[in-house]
Amino acid sequence: MKINDVILRTVTRIVVFIILTFGVYLFLSGHNTPGGGFIGGLVLASAIVLLYLSNDIEKVQKSLPLDFKLVAASGVLLATGTGLGSLLFGVPFMSQTFAYFDLPVFGKTELTTVTIFEAGVALAVVGVVVTIILSISEDE
Amino acid sequence: METLIILLIGILVAVATYLILSRNIIRVILGTAVLSHAVHLLILTLGGLKTGNVPLLTEADAPYTDALPQALILTAIVISFAVTAFILVLAYRAYQDNGTDDLDALRGTNDE
Amino acid sequence: MFSVTFAIIIPFIIAALVPFIYRRFKLLHIGWFVMLVPITLFLMLARLIPSVASGKTYIHTYNWIPSLNINFTTYLDGLSMILGLLITGVGSLVILYSIYYLSTKESLQHFYCYLLLFMGAMLGVVFSDNLMVLYVFWELTSVSSFLLIAFWNHRKASRLGAQKAMLITVSGGIAMLVGFIMLHTMSDTFSIREIIANVGDLTEHALFIPTMILVLLGAFTKSAQFPFHIWLPDAMEAPTPVSAYLHSATMVKAGIYLVARFTPVFGGDQLWFWVVSGVGMITLFWGSFNAVRQTDLKALLAYSTISQLGLIMSLLGLGSIALQYGYSEESIIYTQATFAALFHLINHSTFKGALFMVVGILDHELGTRDIRRLGGLMTFMPFTFTVGVIGSLSMAGLPLFNGFLSKEMFFAATVQIMNADVFSLQSLGIIFPIIAWIASVFTFVYCMIIIFKTFLGPVQPEKLDKPLHEAPVGMLISPIILSVFVVGIFFFPNLLGGYILKPSMESIYPTFGDPANLTPSIHAWHGIKPELLMTIGVVLVGALLYRLLKKWKPVYGLLSSRYTLNAYYNNFLSFAESKSTNVTNKYMTGLLRDYLVYIYLFFILTVGGFFFYSGAFSISFSMDVRIRAYEVILVGVMAVAAVAMLFSKSRMTATLLNGVLGYSIAIFFVIFRAPDLALTQLVVESITTALFLLAFSHLPDWKKERVPSKTKITNAVISVGTGAVVVLVALAVLNYDRFETISAFFENAYELAGGANIVNAILGDFRGFDTMLEVVVLFIAGLGVYTMIKLRAKKGDENIENK
Repeated sequence: MKINDVILRTVTRIVVFIILTFGVYLFLSGHNTPGGGFIGGLVLASAIVLLYLSNDIEKVQKSLPLDFKLVAASGVLLATGTGLGSLLFGVPFMSQTFAYFDLPVFGKTELTTVTIFEAGVALAVVGVVVTIILSISEDE
Repeated sequence: METLIILLIGILVAVATYLILSRNIIRVILGTAVLSHAVHLLILTLGGLKTGNVPLLTEADAPYTDALPQALILTAIVISFAVTAFILVLAYRAYQDNGTDDLDALRGTNDE
Repeated sequence: MFSVTFAIIIPFIIAALVPFIYRRFKLLHIGWFVMLVPITLFLMLARLIPSVASGKTYIHTYNWIPSLNINFTTYLDGLSMILGLLITGVGSLVILYSIYYLSTKESLQHFYCYLLLFMGAMLGVVFSDNLMVLYVFWELTSVSSFLLIAFWNHRKASRLGAQKAMLITVSGGIAMLVGFIMLHTMSDTFSIREIIANVGDLTEHALFIPTMILVLLGAFTKSAQFPFHIWLPDAMEAPTPVSAYLHSATMVKAGIYLVARFTPVFGGDQLWFWVVSGVGMITLFWGSFNAVRQTDLKALLAYSTISQLGLIMSLLGLGSIALQYGYSEESIIYTQATFAALFHLINHSTFKGALFMVVGILDHELGTRDIRRLGGLMTFMPFTFTVGVIGSLSMAGLPLFNGFLSKEMFFAATVQIMNADVFSLQSLGIIFPIIAWIASVFTFVYCMIIIFKTFLGPVQPEKLDKPLHEAPVGMLISPIILSVFVVGIFFFPNLLGGYILKPSMESIYPTFGDPANLTPSIHAWHGIKPELLMTIGVVLVGALLYRLLKKWKPVYGLLSSRYTLNAYYNNFLSFAESKSTNVTNKYMTGLLRDYLVYIYLFFILTVGGFFFYSGAFSISFSMDVRIRAYEVILVGVMAVAAVAMLFSKSRMTATLLNGVLGYSIAIFFVIFRAPDLALTQLVVESITTALFLLAFSHLPDWKKERVPSKTKITNAVISVGTGAVVVLVALAVLNYDRFETISAFFENAYELAGGANIVNAILGDFRGFDTMLEVVVLFIAGLGVYTMIKLRAKKGDENIENK
């Protein structure tokens, strides 16, 4: 894809940044407000796809040297891994747990194993979506 | 309201079915996309529409809308996206290798 | 603390590691490493022998799918201890033997991976308390047996043998699964211990007999009982270590184990008694009768294994009668058959394992195992000869070897059963000693064939491809160890009886109190009794028959090859293949539209038909909430967009119209209080539309369809019908209120899962399993897309898979 429009590129740089932040926000806030692994992952993926659309593939790959297949695979591994992890504590497969902690900066914070699971989901979604789009667009 | 939405779902299903039965592979894929729209609406509708507040415990007060169909649909949306992507690529790879997008021509030979 | 669960898991873990280790250490034979696994497990189990002998059992439970009653419960008692020791003990010896049998040129990583897979599965079978877990391991042994039989998969006979073994044992396994499910229906538990504890409630149940038959089908196919025995001779295509391990010492004993394990449940029933002992007897006779005519030593051993398995099976049947009588001074005598069965189970593994290894040595060193080409090997292979003779004489049931003891007990049990006064045994009981005696005569004859035709008589070096020489020491160690056991058990049988057999009697007769009462003291000499006279008769008549072998061997020619069980099996296979091809070709036209028409018609007829038939259609507007004007507009937009898709001239328009549908649904999600869905739908719709547009650059433009109007009308009718059925069903469901909604449970999300977003809590916590699998599906789809585009065969080397 060769769209070398200066304005487009400048605008996307800002937009991508905003979308990325929004994606991370959605991912983190998913437990209590709308959002979560899927949505966060999808938004992040669309930001990355936008980045690819406005720049050369080679250029993006230089600044973002990720193999998205690996991203997807590690996401799946993380998601299944948290499930297996619960077996170690003698509870059924895929049991999740949570607790509240007092952290220095954030105050009373809830930490849950769901977040790890959701991170796996998000990584898998990002990896798969970007892999699909890249594969199709790179194909001659 | 529910009855109206169900009628709409009926129209969507009929359109999707007609598209799926055609010979052109793109029409078939579009048909599956429409069908999944219809099914998402169907699941949501059968769970009851607007029976309560947004299912966010800290943002709204009880009663809440049934959250279970929503979770099911969220899963379904992502899966249908994956399936659409897969068959789209399948379609165009089939076209590249066989030079046709006509399903009748893609049927292969008898002794396969 | 040693957990039996680990004993099951360790082989699987090592099996997964074997290929990697193999790649690392090319120089060393990987068998040395693999051998550590069974040796360790054997020692671990052996350490528990004293405490198990004193009546202790070990139970460990991992909750697996507690909601379905399926838990990974391992249970170590006397009975599973016997099998566990056999699996690990014989396993160690077989692996040691295989190190010399298989050269490093073979694909060893596969061999040992499969072998460990089998070992883990087999340990799983004997240590599982949960029926479903047992079933999974049971089928896994069939699968690993399939892989091992077909190890030399370039040979057609290997592949066919593997297929036969797989088809027969797996179909039996499925029958057994149905039996297990019926057991669950009757007893409401999958735990074998609980079923045995509540056995009183089962016997009157209508499903009792069907369950028994189905479970027995599983046991009989696995243990190669008549008429399912035909797979075992063909399984001899496997490398000899595999035959020694799977097809004589362990896997084929799984059926025996199952029968023994379920004796407390079904034992005491007349049908169980007759089927188990009857099938065992027939197998015993048929196996030994057929073994005599074999010329391939391995085939001979296969038939002899079948026959010996029949012997053990019939003993278990005879012993089950004690449960009919219940515990008393008089009924103890009948439990001795079961004791003999367990005793012979161990003895058989020792002498048959040694014999298989001897045949393997002959095959490996001389290049043949055909008795017509062998002879006079005694002087050239003294060690092999000694082991062979010890094994054969033990199998024939002669003194100084353990086979004599268990064979005598077998005869005693068959004579004893004539005294029973139930199941019309007073008149029919006589057939047991008669068949047992006749079969033993044939057993004696084929044991003599092994000794005389291979090791004695004239040498025929001209018929051999290789020079005569003794086997390497490494190959001899394992058979020598086994033959030491053969002799050792004869002199110290009560050691085995007290420590190993006693606790397993308690597993089989849990209601009979102190197992010490059920454990006789085993003696080689117990006066002149019927069993001793029977043995003497066997030796005399057997020797005579062997001398006259040439005279009566033509009897076998009378059995027409057209009516053998093998012929039936082959005919059935080819019949099934050709008929199913015909039927399939009738409706599998290769046209996608035809298939979809089937699906839609089926949907309309069954779903619509059922709702119509049961009068479930109901339409009422009472549940509806008020409609607002903008909602009507949105519905209208969607309806128009959908219909317009049908008539759109270009694919671009159609795709954009699909986008309109998607975005409108997102708006509906907002209206219907589903913010998560709205967000997801928006993003997904954008990405999907982008995907369509991307794919269009690779696809030809949309041509007008040239479809006959008749087809168009059919399509339209089917479409409208489908839509109508969906509408009617949805309306009926909407007004159906006989079930309480379960959604209130999820509103405790904050307390149970610590999340205020209920939808998210369901996805991540309550239904985390679904989400996990969904991620996996997504990943597979992504991989599929990537593979289709990136990893394709270049033009020119297209037909890789057919090479």
